[in-house]
Amino acid sequence: MKYLSYLTIGIFFGIIMYKSEAASWFRIYEMFQFGSFHMYGIIGSALVLGVIGVQIIKRNNIKAIGGKEMNLHPKTKSVARYLIGGIIFGLGWALAGACPGPMYVLVGAGFPSILVVIGGALLGTFVYGLLKDKLPH
Amino acid sequence: MNLIYDPWPWYVAGPLIALTMFVLLYIGKQFGMSSNLRTMCSIGGAAKYSDFFKFDWKEQRWNLIVVLGAIIGGFIASQFMSNNTVKINPEVAQQLSTDYGIESAGEAYLPTELFASENLTDPFVLAVLILGGFMVGFGARYAGGCTSGHAISGLSNLQLPSLIAVIGFFIGGLVMIHLLFPLIFS
Repeated sequence: MKYLSYLTIGIFFGIIMYKSEAASWFRIYEMFQFGSFHMYGIIGSALVLGVIGVQIIKRNNIKAIGGKEMNLHPKTKSVARYLIGGIIFGLGWALAGACPGPMYVLVGAGFPSILVVIGGALLGTFVYGLLKDKLPH
Repeated sequence: MNLIYDPWPWYVAGPLIALTMFVLLYIGKQFGMSSNLRTMCSIGGAAKYSDFFKFDWKEQRWNLIVVLGAIIGGFIASQFMSNNTVKINPEVAQQLSTDYGIESAGEAYLPTELFASENLTDPFVLAVLILGGFMVGFGARYAGGCTSGHAISGLSNLQLPSLIAVIGFFIGGLVMIHLLFPLIFS
């Protein structure tokens, strides 16, 4: 039953990503060329509603299902890891035209080549794991 | 407008993404897609090589189910809800065509020049796909999250680290498109 709800959330998310064209390489390219408001509108409106919703949750101390705390952990403070990691991510995002969520969506949409991108992403994750202790964090 | 076939506008997609995040929060989870890559590495035995992959990946099974759902969602949307073409700003499409010979804007969902299966034998295309993926995977783990974890979840919670990461995403993206694309694709 619980797995069914995760599956439903995933299907819902996959359809949104595909139908909003956030999973399209062209839209990512257009975004970084400032050619359309579309992607900024998607991220921006999700964010505005997200900020409002999280504030409501915090002010009213709303709990997750079963009375558990919501999963809103603060992230460890640092600049280097977020900035350097973020820049490397951005370089890849613009080149491959896909971030991790849309990558999975594109598998289902029938693009075999995206499996090569996912293979690269798994390799990148693995290499990060190997180098982690040597990198500035 | 045809609600099913036309692309969904930003003011539909954005709120639905926020809804996805809140539903996950409500059931005690956190919205984040790139952590699945680490989980998959762990399942594949990466813990033998680095402690970073030594964790109880079974606790992350729920997120893999979300991934499975996203794959199914992509299938449903592409098969039954879309004509699988993406129209972008005509000026941007023209520029892609003139400068880089990428001419499939408006005719395909992804540029056929990079994503058509028959082009996988082209070493240049293969290198672009692998390198792009590599930087996404490496960068997301280094930064501790991707677009969903930082730009949506983290910023919604007003976290400074997420703001720094998102600024990084955009620096990287702008450098790639404006400085590196001319070198890579011309």
